[in-house]
Amino acid sequence: MTLGEGQLWLVIGALALITAALKAAGPALVGGRDLPRWANGVIAAMAPALLAALVATAVLSDGDRWSAGADTVGVGVAAALLLLRVPLVVCAGVAVVVTAVLRALF
Amino acid sequence: MEEADAYRTAFRRGLRLGLPYATVSGVLSLSFGVVAVQAGFTVLQAVVTSALVFAGSAQFAALSVLTAGGGVPAALGAATLMHSRFLAMGIAVAPSIPGGPLRRAVEGQAMVDSSWALANRGDGTFDRGLLLGTTVPQYVAWVIGSIVGALAGDLLGDIERYGLDALFPTFFVGILLAELGRPRGRVAAALGAAIALALVPFTPPGVPVLAAAVAALVGLGADPTPTEAA
Repeated sequence: MTLGEGQLWLVIGALALITAALKAAGPALVGGRDLPRWANGVIAAMAPALLAALVATAVLSDGDRWSAGADTVGVGVAAALLLLRVPLVVCAGVAVVVTAVLRALF
Repeated sequence: MEEADAYRTAFRRGLRLGLPYATVSGVLSLSFGVVAVQAGFTVLQAVVTSALVFAGSAQFAALSVLTAGGGVPAALGAATLMHSRFLAMGIAVAPSIPGGPLRRAVEGQAMVDSSWALANRGDGTFDRGLLLGTTVPQYVAWVIGSIVGALAGDLLGDIERYGLDALFPTFFVGILLAELGRPRGRVAAALGAAIALALVPFTPPGVPVLAAAVAALVGLGADPTPTEAA
């Protein structure tokens, strides 16, 4: 990285402003009134859509290409355990261990 | 006063629900601290970034662009795109937050992915107490994690080796499974994942997840409130 310490502070300040503004925009501009009825169904479907997209891109892509690796297997095993109703914290531990062991082996 | 009681109960429940996510937040921000210091941040800068920005995906996006020599505009652009899903999430939360625009803007800062998803009642409304309560332990852990990571810095070396990057997707799978009980939830999830993956090779990071919000349109015309709750 070629930035000086002062420049880096400016970047940090800009980041703080941008992220705060993005989180503030929806509640500040849209709040205070009831959304039309049809919007409720769309809002309810937003969580599964975004969560699935987050998970899929986290485990199946790397930058601008598709890729599968040790973490894909680790999260896959954990997801299977979650379906079997194994507690979340245990599954998270399994995901980390499987991923780390696979990375150490290959 | 009943409403205030319900709020306090939900807030306390949120504090408890937030604990496992706080563990994950702590580990993620620890890794941010390590990578930031290795990239040339001072310890103070790494910690201040976590305390003020409090957004894992945006912090990591900016950092990875800077480390790759991508320049400031590209770093800020990447962070903005990664963070832009909070526009959609904020619009969804908006009707559930009372008060004037300023107060709503401030409370909106409490949104993080997991608190937003856990507070989602599934009928288009959000439990505000749960949203705020779940975030508190995660914020504390986020700051502490960065302090530890920034101080431990170079001792840890390449942290991918510890498999910690598998942590956050696993927790999101956990929240996601709860959403898959409804048929429209399953369709939205499948479409969202497909849209995001399809865009990966063609767009900058962050855009795929934002674009996946389009999948929520499958909720059009759905009646998520079979009771009179709405």
